[in-house]
Amino acid sequence: MSPADFLLEPLAYDFFVRALVASALVGVACAVVGSFVVLKGMSFIGDAVSHAAFPGIVIAYMLGLPVILGGAVAAIGTALGIGALTRRSGLRADSIIGVLFAGMFALGVALFSSIPNYVGDLFHFLFGDVLGISVSDMIALSVLVVALLLVIRALWKELLFATFDPLGAGAAGLPVRRLDDLLLILIAVTIVISLQAVGIVLVVAMITTPAATAQMLVKRFGQMILVAALIGVTAAVAGLYLSYALDLASGAAIVLFETALFLVVLLVTSLRGRRAA
Amino acid sequence: MNERVAPSVIEGRTPFSRSEGRAVTISSVSAGYGDRAAISDITLDLARGSLTAIFGPNGGGKSTLLKCIAGLMKPWSGTIEVLGAAVGVHAARVAYVPQAEQVDWSFPIAVDEVVAMGRTPRIGPLGRAGAADRAAVAEALERVDMAGLADRQIGELSGGQRRRVFIARAIAADAEIYLLDEPVTGVDPVTQEKIMNILDAEAARGKTVVATTHDLACAAQRFHDVVALSGRVVAHGPAQLVLDREVLEKTYGGHLVPLADGGVVLLDDPHHSHGAHEGHE
Repeated sequence: MSPADFLLEPLAYDFFVRALVASALVGVACAVVGSFVVLKGMSFIGDAVSHAAFPGIVIAYMLGLPVILGGAVAAIGTALGIGALTRRSGLRADSIIGVLFAGMFALGVALFSSIPNYVGDLFHFLFGDVLGISVSDMIALSVLVVALLLVIRALWKELLFATFDPLGAGAAGLPVRRLDDLLLILIAVTIVISLQAVGIVLVVAMITTPAATAQMLVKRFGQMILVAALIGVTAAVAGLYLSYALDLASGAAIVLFETALFLVVLLVTSLRGRRAA
Repeated sequence: MNERVAPSVIEGRTPFSRSEGRAVTISSVSAGYGDRAAISDITLDLARGSLTAIFGPNGGGKSTLLKCIAGLMKPWSGTIEVLGAAVGVHAARVAYVPQAEQVDWSFPIAVDEVVAMGRTPRIGPLGRAGAADRAAVAEALERVDMAGLADRQIGELSGGQRRRVFIARAIAADAEIYLLDEPVTGVDPVTQEKIMNILDAEAARGKTVVATTHDLACAAQRFHDVVALSGRVVAHGPAQLVLDREVLEKTYGGHLVPLADGGVVLLDDPHHSHGAHEGHE
């Protein structure tokens, strides 16, 4: 089989093309939001919010409501809850995250185990099933990704200022706390729309890895977002082809590709001396 | 507007009527963390165009006072007016330069990107930087002599260069009041001189510059006014008029060692001191 055949053959399948588009969109959204997440040191929050979406998904499923909606409510609620509790409790953020993370996921598992009949669809949210994405899901995903990117583009300067120097931004009159909350909401939305592609367990990698890889390669924030997005898309496409060729789980293949790229960049940059132009 | 007002407060007395020519008017302000007060009953006026150093021991409330003026902390009691209005009203005309330790220097951001942040409040949400904003950034970099390094990642700069970038951000913001937390801590004397020359020039064109510092020598020699702060305002005015042994003793408590020649040596806290600072009478 020639390389061209290898690339073209799966494109004959509609489900593969849909999966390709969906993964690429998720890759971009995760990488862009992930750039802020990585620079704020919030990767752990991403992990917590994705696991917190699970009980929302299960409850929505049990009630016959759209599962994405249930996941979104639980994820956004937990994200904002982490922010509010951290400000008020006097405990360290990572303690609060650890508690909510495990507590919410346990709730999800408990509810999940109480459902008597077959719940294969719910398993997809744990590990992702982008090859099974429907046309309507893909359209909804596209709309949400575009909306997400528009919000970030509109408040780019403010988010960057508040991320880099919250004190300076606050003194200059920027609503730093509301920008923090906005970022938490953006993280939650990104995670929820990514769940079908990579699943609860792996989504944090889609957010963290491309951005962390990009950070090793660039000197400017503008470049970081572009490079991270490029990595996100590349990994989505490459991972899907890998998954197709080797018959692997698609989410895992995407994440493994990103991880390998991260390790290569880490190795190369540490050999060359970091940021030696 | 450029006039400086001579010794305004010594031991809490306010000899001048408090007018709108003040950049900052602080009245009976107390503030702290948890239930521990860091500053108590602070009353202080800062004139427009003044160059003021806030010095005192660690835990004396220097950063707390600065943060209250910046609107980053809410006082427990008392009022602060900035440019004639409550804190926050003129926030876009206030620039804050954080302590070096509070900045993530590995952040992938270039010098000109940092300076451009100063334009953010002026441009407003949704807006994008235009020609005037780019010109302001270029001019600010020129003013702090950093134009040649605009494309560098901030972590690649020396400590002094990093501070100059943040001062350029204040300049680009066209702020009226510059609040700097420890701008000359941990830099060598030549660098300190450079930074102070820039701040001096900014005050000369009417900007109100307020900086906290552990460096008593720098405070006394390079600032127009000093505020001796030890939870309370011990003294405020030109260093040569208000700094004497009594003020230093009140400010630093037992951390002064008298010398045979009548001078004193200040034993600063171990975390920030780079050798003891000297204060001669």
